[in-house]
Amino acid sequence: MRMIVLGILLLCFWLALSGHYTAFLIGCGIAVSSFAVLASKRMKIDDDEAVPIAVIAGIPRYYSWLFWEIAKSAWNVARIIVHPKLPISPCMTVVDASQKSATGIATYANSITLTPGTVTAGVKGKRLTVYALTQEGALNVEAGLMDQRVRRFEGRT
Amino acid sequence: MTMIVELISWLLMFSGSVFIVIGAIGMVRMPDLFSRMQAASIIDTFGAGLLLAGFMLQAGFSLVSLKLLFLSALLFYIGPVISHALARAALHEGVKPILSKDRRGRLDAGKHKEG
Amino acid sequence: MLLAAVLAILIAMALAVARAVKGPTTFDRMLAGNTVGTLAILFLAALGFLNGRPEWLDIGLVYALLNVISTLAVLKFFRHGDLALGPDDDGAS
Repeated sequence: MRMIVLGILLLCFWLALSGHYTAFLIGCGIAVSSFAVLASKRMKIDDDEAVPIAVIAGIPRYYSWLFWEIAKSAWNVARIIVHPKLPISPCMTVVDASQKSATGIATYANSITLTPGTVTAGVKGKRLTVYALTQEGALNVEAGLMDQRVRRFEGRT
Repeated sequence: MTMIVELISWLLMFSGSVFIVIGAIGMVRMPDLFSRMQAASIIDTFGAGLLLAGFMLQAGFSLVSLKLLFLSALLFYIGPVISHALARAALHEGVKPILSKDRRGRLDAGKHKEG
Repeated sequence: MLLAAVLAILIAMALAVARAVKGPTTFDRMLAGNTVGTLAILFLAALGFLNGRPEWLDIGLVYALLNVISTLAVLKFFRHGDLALGPDDDGAS
């Protein structure tokens, strides 16, 4: 199942990037993508971490929420930058991720880094060290709304 | 209809440019490495995303806009990896962030914890 | 409006280069370098549209991949003083 999804995704990638649809080139695409799938099977990287097919169903909902979150925090950070006094109150904090899988923790850490104003500066097991530009940002991360969202996102199997 | 799409595309490109310039100004103004990283994060995610979305509307529904989508997804996924690697390496090398409050010992009651 | 975007990217690039010249630590310079790389990708895309040659996007894609690999390589080098890491030291900070 996972191999088939990976192969189809790779073939779509090939077709999208090539832009020429002759029989020879499509045949090349099929050959190359099946070769890549076999190679990844041989390298044993075809596990749940590399091809997380369980999260595909939750992508649209979580990503739209994440984009809105990025927009809001980008607006806040931009306001801080153009403010003549530069009102930052930098803060470092730790949070515990409540996700079960490595994919979930990675998604959570990357989402924290992706929103302007906060950056994950270290991961040790499930404990994330977070740098926040303002105190409110740190408190928001500690409140754990994003944590819940990511848990729901990865829990949909 | 094309008029409206054109207008939205212009709007997206304009706001993307504004955010890129603001982020660059922030990179010069901010006092230390970690706060500069936030300004760079605006450029990497929001500015670039808006600008590429504007280009996508300009290109219409074609292979070009699909390539732009790939480009923005690439930036979207590698941006946090780079920021995280940079922050971790800087902390490891002993670059001290300017902090107004350090709450790193929050979860393990008083015990000091290395980042 | 495309021209304005190109101009904004150039201004931002100049500011980032200023930070790279001024930056007190190596990591500031690296951050500025990475930002210049991202802006160069956007610049390629904008210039391609301006000249009516969106094929330049392929160059932008390749440049994005090169950018991430080079930044990670330089970071790893500064962190460990070596690009090859043995299996026993996992690099945990």
